[in-house]
Amino acid sequence: MTKEYLPTIGIECHVQLCTKTKLFSEVDNDARLKEPNSCVSPVDYALPGMLPRLNSEAIRLSVLAGFALNAEINLESRFDRKHYFYPDLPKGYQITQMYHPIIGAGYVELPSGQKVRIEHAHLEEDAGKLSHEASYSLVDLNRAGTPLVEIVSQPDMHSAAEAREYTKELWRVMTYAGVTFGDLYNGNMRFDVNISVAETGSDQLGTRTEVKNLNSFRNVERVVEYEVKRQIELLEKGEKVIQETRGWNDATGETTGQRSKEEAADYRYMPEPDIPPVRLTEAEINEMRAEFPKMPKDYRADLTTVIGAGQTETLLDYQPLVQKLDELGDTKAVKKIANLFSSVLLAEENTSLLNDELPSKEQLLELVRMNDNKELSSTATKEVFLKFFDPEMHYKDTLTIAKELGVLQENDLGALEAIVDAVLAQPATKQAQDDFRSGQEKVLGFLVGQVMKESKGKANPSAVQDILRKKLQ
Amino acid sequence: MKIASQENSAVAMVKAALERAEKYQPEYHIFNWINEQALDQAQEIDRRIASGEPVGRLAGVPYAIKDNFLAPLGETTASAHILEGFTSPVTATAVQKLEAEGAVLIGRTNLDAFAHGSSTENSYFGPTKNSKDLSRVAGGSSGGSAVAVALDIVQFATGTDTGGSIRQPASFNGVYGLKPTYGAISRYGVVAMASSTDCVGFFTGNPDDLDLLMEITAGQDAKDLTSLPDFYAQSQAKPVKKVGIIKDFDNESIDAEIRAALKAKVEQLRVSDVEIVELEMPALKHALAAYYIIVPAEIASNLSRHDGIRYGFRSESSSHLQDLYCNTRGEGFMSENKRRIMIGNFVLSSGFYDAYYLKAAKARTVIINEYAKAFEKCDLILTPVSPNPAFELGSKVNDPVAMYLEDVFSVPLNLAGLPGLTVPAGQTKQGLDIGLQLVGPRRSDRTLINFAKEMEEK
Repeated sequence: MTKEYLPTIGIECHVQLCTKTKLFSEVDNDARLKEPNSCVSPVDYALPGMLPRLNSEAIRLSVLAGFALNAEINLESRFDRKHYFYPDLPKGYQITQMYHPIIGAGYVELPSGQKVRIEHAHLEEDAGKLSHEASYSLVDLNRAGTPLVEIVSQPDMHSAAEAREYTKELWRVMTYAGVTFGDLYNGNMRFDVNISVAETGSDQLGTRTEVKNLNSFRNVERVVEYEVKRQIELLEKGEKVIQETRGWNDATGETTGQRSKEEAADYRYMPEPDIPPVRLTEAEINEMRAEFPKMPKDYRADLTTVIGAGQTETLLDYQPLVQKLDELGDTKAVKKIANLFSSVLLAEENTSLLNDELPSKEQLLELVRMNDNKELSSTATKEVFLKFFDPEMHYKDTLTIAKELGVLQENDLGALEAIVDAVLAQPATKQAQDDFRSGQEKVLGFLVGQVMKESKGKANPSAVQDILRKKLQ
Repeated sequence: MKIASQENSAVAMVKAALERAEKYQPEYHIFNWINEQALDQAQEIDRRIASGEPVGRLAGVPYAIKDNFLAPLGETTASAHILEGFTSPVTATAVQKLEAEGAVLIGRTNLDAFAHGSSTENSYFGPTKNSKDLSRVAGGSSGGSAVAVALDIVQFATGTDTGGSIRQPASFNGVYGLKPTYGAISRYGVVAMASSTDCVGFFTGNPDDLDLLMEITAGQDAKDLTSLPDFYAQSQAKPVKKVGIIKDFDNESIDAEIRAALKAKVEQLRVSDVEIVELEMPALKHALAAYYIIVPAEIASNLSRHDGIRYGFRSESSSHLQDLYCNTRGEGFMSENKRRIMIGNFVLSSGFYDAYYLKAAKARTVIINEYAKAFEKCDLILTPVSPNPAFELGSKVNDPVAMYLEDVFSVPLNLAGLPGLTVPAGQTKQGLDIGLQLVGPRRSDRTLINFAKEMEEK
C-alpha cells in the first residue's frame, strides 16, 4: 500500500526595485532597450578605489516592500559582503544583508485567507548577465547593481497550487506597493523554490532540493508538481533525495541535478566596511506608512460580496481597476462597472487600453445612471465606455459623449408615437400590420425593427413595442 | 610651504624637483613614473601669476603621490603586476583637491604591492632604498613617498596608512608623517587595502605644511560614505598639559637608541611643565593579532576584483574560466599579497569566522575603549613608531612574522581610527633616523600638528 506524503515548500523571491538609479551608483537603473554595458559606472565595473554610495530611494522602496509584507521594519540594518568568483560579479563579492536585514518577520495573505509567513527580506544588488557563445562568453553589466529585495518565506506551503498562489499574491502586493515594475518576462521578479516531501504525520521534514531563477507563476507550479512526484517516486523505491540545486528545463518540463550541497560555495560573509549602518526613525517610517496604498486583501472582502470571488480575483490583477471600483463607493455602480471592466477592458482586443488613464469616477457614475434610466442601451453603454479611452473624448462628460455618438435612447412617448405612425403609414408595412392583426405575433419584431431604423437606433425598443401593440389592436 | 610667486617661479621649483628626481631615481628607485608634463603645468601657473590671475594655495608646489592613488596621470600600478597597463579614467578626491590648488605632480612613488608590507621590498618593481643608507629599507608601505620628501625632491607627498604605512617610513627617513583620524580625508579613488583602517595622509618636512594639507584635503565626500564631516576646519588646537607614555612599550625588545630618544623627549617635556602620565594599556598587546585577522579579511575581499576580466593584467595561458582566474591571480600577485589573501579567506571561511574574525572584532572594541579611558587621563600619548630603525634590505623578507612585528606600535591606532603623527627625533650613532609617534583621540589632528610645532620650537 502506498504511503501518504506531505510536500513542504519555501520560496525565495528576488524583486528588482524600480529606482531611477542603481543601488550603489548613479547610473540609470532601467537598461531596457539599451546597449550592453551602457548603464555602467566605475563603481559598477569595480575599478580599484571605487566605493559604493547608497541610493536612498532603494531604502524607501524597501520599507514599502516591508509594509506590503506586513513586516516589521528594522530601524537599523547593515550590509555584508558575499564572496564568489564569476564574471557577472565584478567586485568578486555581492553587497547584501546577511546579518541585519532591513525587513523583519511578516506574512503574505493568500486569497484563501491562508497566511504564508515571511522569515525576513533584505536589500542587495543584482549581478550582471553572461551570454555564452561557442568559444567565448560576453559580459553585460547593465543589470549589475540593480537594487533587489530578496523575500524569504517560511516553508508554509504544501502544494503546487499554494506555491503558485503565493507567488502570484506576492507579485500583486509588490506591484500594488509600487516597488517594482513587476515585469516577469524581463526578470523583475525571480523565484527560487525549495521543495521537500515527508510522510504525512512525520515530525521531520524531508531532504529538500532547490530550483532557482523561475520567472513565472506557472513554472513555479510545474516545478513543484514535478519535484514532488520525483521525490515521492524516489522514496517509494527506497532511495534517498539528495540535497542539491536542480535546474528547470521549460521545454521538457523536467528538473535535472546541477550542484550538490558538498559542491556549494563558501561565501565567506563579512560586514561591508564601506557602508555605515542604515538608520531609520519611527517618524520616517510612520510618514511612509501614511502614504502607503491599499493592498489586495484590503479590497478583497468588499469586492467579493458584490461581484463574487471569481471576478474579484480576476480584477485584483489590475490594481488601477480595483482602485477605481473602490472610488465609486456605490454597490450597484461597482457591479455594473466591474462587468464593463471584465467584458470590455479585459477583452483581448482592448487590453492595450489598460495602459491608458481610466475614466473618472464622475464619468463612470453618470454612465451607470444613464444606463439605469434607460437613456443608454447596454450596447450604447459599452460604446460610450470605450469612447472614454479615446484621446479626443476622454475629457468630455458622459452625456456629451453619448450625444456626440448619437446613441441617446428616445424615451419621449409623443415623439415615439409620431415615428410609429410614420412607419405604419408606409405601404411596405401594410402586409405586416394585417398579419399581426390576424394573430401572427412574430411580425411585431419586424415592425419594431422598422421603427428603430426610422429612429436611427435611438428609440427605446420596449416602449416602441408597447405603442405598436396599442395602435394595432 | 614654498609656493610660486613673482620672485619664485613655478618653473624653477618644478625644474629643480625633476632634476633631483632624475638624479636620485637610479640609486634609490623612488618613482614608478615621472611626470613629463610637469613643466607645462608650471608654465601655466607662472603665466597666471604674471597676468595677476588667482592661483591656489599650493601654486607650483612640486609633490608626489603614492602609486595607489587613481588619476589619469600615468598608469596607476600600486606596484603590482596585476594592475599592469591600467590607466585610471577617474581621479581620487584627494588628488583632485591638491591639483585644484595648483600643486604640480612630479611622479608616482613606489610602495609594497597593494601597500602590503613595511619595507617597500614587496614592490613588483623592486625596493626603494633608505634616504640615509642605501643598504637599508625605506620602510613601508609608502617608502617611495617618504624618501621623495626626505631627499627634498618634493615639498610633500601623499601616502596611505593602514597599519603604519605612513608613520613608519616617515620615522625611517626623518620626516613628518601624518595618519589622520579615520574618515578625515576621502578614500575615493585610492586602491583599497583594508577599508575599515585605510587612511589617506601626508609626508612633509615640517608640521605647518601638514596643517595646510589638512585644510585643503579634509572633509566629507559624497563618494565615500565613511568620510567624516569636515571637523578639521572647525577644530581648534587644544593646549597639551598631560602626555601619556605606555609602560609596556618600554622593554628590552625595543632598540636601545629608540628607547633613549623617547626618554630624552619625555625629559624635555617634563622640564617644559608638561605632566607625564604613565598608562597601563594591557589590551594593546592583542592589537597586532586582531589587526592581522581583520586586515587580511578585508584585503582578501577587496582584491577579489582583480580577476583579469575587465582591466589590468590577464594571463594568456588559460583555456577556461577557472584557469584564467588561477593563472592571472597566481602570476599577478606578489607572494605577500597571496599570503594575506590566504589568511583573509581562511578567517572568513565557514566554521572559522566566529573563532577568528568575530573575536578580532571584539578585541578591536576593547582596544577602542582602552584608548578612550587613556584619553581621560592625558591629552596625547607619546610612543615609539617601530621597535627598530631602518633594517637591512633583505633581512626580514623571508620572515613575515618579524616583518609584522615592526607594526606593533602603529597598528593599534588604525584599529581604533585614531590620528597618529610621526615626528623626527634625532638619529642613531650610525646616522639612521629615529621618529616618535604622537597619538591623539579621534578628531584631535589639529592638536597633534600644533603640539609637534611646539616641540619643534623647543
